[in-house]
Amino acid sequence: MDYDQAVELFDPALGLEVHVELNTASKLFCGCANRFSGPPNSRTCPVCLGLPGSLPVVNARAVESAIRIGLALNCQIARQCCFARKNYFYPDMTKDFQTSQYDEPICFDGRVAVELAGQVFDVEIERAHLEEDAGQLLHQGATGRIQGADYSLVDYNRAGTPLVEIVTRPITGTGAQAPQVARAYVAWLRDQLRALGVSDVRMEQGSLRCDANLSLSPKGSGVLGTRTETKNVNSLRSIERALGYEIRRQAAILADGGRVVQETRHWHEEGTTSPGRSKEQAEDYRYFPEPDLPQLRPDPEWVESLRRRLPEDPRARVARLQAEWGLTDLEMRDVLGAEALDVVEATVAAGVSPAAARKWWLTELLRFANAAGLELAAVPMTPAQVAAVQALVDSGRLNDKLARQVTEAVLAGEGEPDQIVARRGLALVSDTAQLQAAVERAVAACPQAAESVRQGKAQAVGAIIGAAMRELGGQGDAAQVRQLILETLA
Amino acid sequence: MSLTDLTAAELALALAQGEASSQEATTACLERIAATDGDLNAFLHVDAERALAAARAVDARRAAGEALAPLAGVPVAVKDAFVLQGAPTTCGSRILEGWRPPYDATVVSRLRAAGLVILGKTNMDEFAMGSSTENSAYGPTRNPWDRERVPGGSGGGSAACLAARQAPLAIGSDTGGSIRQPAAVTGTVGVKPTYGGVSRYGLVAMASSLDQPGPCARTALDAALLHTVIAGHDPRDSTSLDAPTPPVVRAARDGRVDGLRLGVVQQLGGQGYAPGVEERFQQGVNALERAGAEVRRLSCPHFPLALAAYYLIMPSEASSNLARFDAVRYGLRVGDDGANSVEQVMRLTRGLGFGDEVKRRVILGTYALSAGYYEAYYGSAQKVRDLVRRDFAAAFEQVDVLVSPACPTTAWRLGERTDDPWAMYQADLCTVPVNLAGNCAASFPAGLSPDDGLPVGLQVMAPAGRDDLLYRVGAALERALGPSPAAPDVAPTVAVALTAAGVGPAASGRTTAAPAAVGVHPAASRLDAADQAAGQAAAPDVAGPSADAPGDDQTGVGRTGAER
Repeated sequence: MDYDQAVELFDPALGLEVHVELNTASKLFCGCANRFSGPPNSRTCPVCLGLPGSLPVVNARAVESAIRIGLALNCQIARQCCFARKNYFYPDMTKDFQTSQYDEPICFDGRVAVELAGQVFDVEIERAHLEEDAGQLLHQGATGRIQGADYSLVDYNRAGTPLVEIVTRPITGTGAQAPQVARAYVAWLRDQLRALGVSDVRMEQGSLRCDANLSLSPKGSGVLGTRTETKNVNSLRSIERALGYEIRRQAAILADGGRVVQETRHWHEEGTTSPGRSKEQAEDYRYFPEPDLPQLRPDPEWVESLRRRLPEDPRARVARLQAEWGLTDLEMRDVLGAEALDVVEATVAAGVSPAAARKWWLTELLRFANAAGLELAAVPMTPAQVAAVQALVDSGRLNDKLARQVTEAVLAGEGEPDQIVARRGLALVSDTAQLQAAVERAVAACPQAAESVRQGKAQAVGAIIGAAMRELGGQGDAAQVRQLILETLA
Repeated sequence: MSLTDLTAAELALALAQGEASSQEATTACLERIAATDGDLNAFLHVDAERALAAARAVDARRAAGEALAPLAGVPVAVKDAFVLQGAPTTCGSRILEGWRPPYDATVVSRLRAAGLVILGKTNMDEFAMGSSTENSAYGPTRNPWDRERVPGGSGGGSAACLAARQAPLAIGSDTGGSIRQPAAVTGTVGVKPTYGGVSRYGLVAMASSLDQPGPCARTALDAALLHTVIAGHDPRDSTSLDAPTPPVVRAARDGRVDGLRLGVVQQLGGQGYAPGVEERFQQGVNALERAGAEVRRLSCPHFPLALAAYYLIMPSEASSNLARFDAVRYGLRVGDDGANSVEQVMRLTRGLGFGDEVKRRVILGTYALSAGYYEAYYGSAQKVRDLVRRDFAAAFEQVDVLVSPACPTTAWRLGERTDDPWAMYQADLCTVPVNLAGNCAASFPAGLSPDDGLPVGLQVMAPAGRDDLLYRVGAALERALGPSPAAPDVAPTVAVALTAAGVGPAASGRTTAAPAAVGVHPAASRLDAADQAAGQAAAPDVAGPSADAPGDDQTGVGRTGAER
């Protein structure tokens, strides 16, 4: 069934569960380093390996991050809450239970407004709770998948990574726009989490993971249907596509008089989902309060101080900066698309005009980042260094071409812009006699062009400028050279 | 006089005064273990080499004039429920066979830091689940008082090694009575500190909200000295109390109870209690009253519900705590033949690796926590737990401490209750209320039962954070009743032969020699007259509860020798 037909017949209801890996220095319950990668099982200790006798101690920074997330989602913050054990056997769980939260999440009852093409959708947040991540199974065999593996290895480096799981209430009333609303919500969340500085929010690395629940009800009936949960959809675009696919798939089943099976489904980048674990028989996790950890009782004054220190809403910030910088919507979209907002802002703060700052980051540096496979913020040149190069241009010591050479040298790790200019002798030639000599040699080398200029064809001066610049090794100020040529031929 | 007959305080003094070295004391313990443990099976693992190295290191530090902690150089045994870096740690289970932990429990590192010499790991019911040490996968421990009888449990190994003079001190863990009940039936001292008073880090968990490590010894003062070494806040245990340790050593030395209000719990006595136990308990109470305590009877109406609540909460937590023994990371692995799935290997390993009692409790707990039953079982049990707490709170408004027998009976015969779990569970009747409420309690020797000549323990229960009161009462009881009786000696010559047979090719010698060893109950004391004359803490071999015993015979040594 095609999409238009599907949303004609059925109302989609969305439910989004987003797992956010917090970027705390250490893991949730032990002192092991919390970061991506590392040799297998190198970042482990008795606690995150769940060795007999070991006990958890809660990372206070993770609690703070969870609360800040909750505040940004306009949640209530629990006066007191506990951790709970979610019991199930799986080799990636070192204790064969996950320390999570159950009936007492640290954040609950939130609400965010998601904007989509001028329309505002209200997304209610049921809860945001803290939990630990599991290790990773590495299936050894031809496929790398569990099916057909010869054996499996376990890497517990990720075990104990702090996660915040953010769960929405069912989102209804989005109609045909359901997939776009889901995408917009996750994008909003990603921006918010980045602004909070609590996570790397890299979907491709799994530091932001989305499980998308979807059910359909006959148009206008208002009764929630049976839902499926598509797991680990790891890009914004995939969220939109996976939900679009599920809408079509479920609508086809229902329109055919069939029954949607309650199950988890896996998303495939080629554009389909396939069945995973059935959830018809609800798994019994035997939750009970974690006896090894005392109750969390966040001091209300502390919570209020965290609320006061929340960063500016990312959407409001974008609007403010666009106005301050005088950029068009299109220009601003480029800045956002390149994830250049922070670096451009920092460069402007370092004294560069918004136009120049934007130009540097969206041309030279973006090209470098793309070639090196880096995020823009990770290129080895700071906003202060960009500002130093631009200052040399503004003062007439560098032209654009030389400035680009200096930039390349900075990116190559050769040092600060001033040092590079000095060491390489890249500054523009300002000695008039030297300039005049170069111009005269250029005129002599281009007799035809010189003749044309003398006869009033000013556009012919370009060839002579080129020759003069070659004489100067590129270190001439093109406008100054042009002026000298015209004076010479006058 | 043998060094193994000294109390820890006496030994500490002898070491401090240069009358003996730690190496000599450790050697004496090791020799005694070698001579007697083939029969008793109190130890699962003895590391003579490491123990002697530790002893020599302490001796060297002492010789160099270093200031040492009071118990430096004194040997100690550790229940196998605590992890000890590089040493086998089995918890009495097959499933942990071969595992050598890469880290020390906090209790163990504190013992090491204080210079105590760790002799080895003591036997226990598998994962501390049991009341007789018969559930150990490595064979039962026998009671030094009568080797046909159990030493209590789960910490039967720690209690038996004290009673058998294999070690002057031991570490135990108490979830529902595993320190106190074995202490009672072996005539030793066992203390369950206030929950959070001693770090659980490195204690393999049975039931996290109930487990508590504690000291085992032969006198109140020794237990207090050990208590001070292991207690105190530990940032690795989130349930650890961040408060100063109560002045337990001072209380044990002082031992005065005049004016102390003492409540006899009405519910912990009567039907099901052996007459001889009740008689000795009453004599102990009378002695304390004569020493100045104000005694009254009071009611804790919800205590009779405690055992049922305990047997829901404990298995629930245990079912979750024991999930990690899944063959993936350490210990036993069964059926890993490349054909079985990981789930099958888990199932096979747990099926073979766990004993019946462990399986019983894991299944009970899994059931109690399952959807639809949670409120009825776990939820109700938590409500009872609250009621028990309130009973204690109300009682402690009227009295300073509560007392009861520590166990309804004396030691029973091996095998007598193994087929009747409920009868076995009754052994914890007096001890579980304290674990549910989280306050502290101890069992002190109250003489031998006139019924069978076996030890009886008197339990003292105090409010949370008032562990010092336990020691005050315990020391008073020791003074009033006289030195506690020592277990009749095991026959060393036979036991040595057994040990040799056990390790040699003629392993069958064990079965042939055993009948000769068991049942031996020599009436003669191994303590000679010189010990008595010297005024040491030597004990007569006959129970002698006497209210007018001298007040400071045992504590005199400690006062000068082991001041903290």
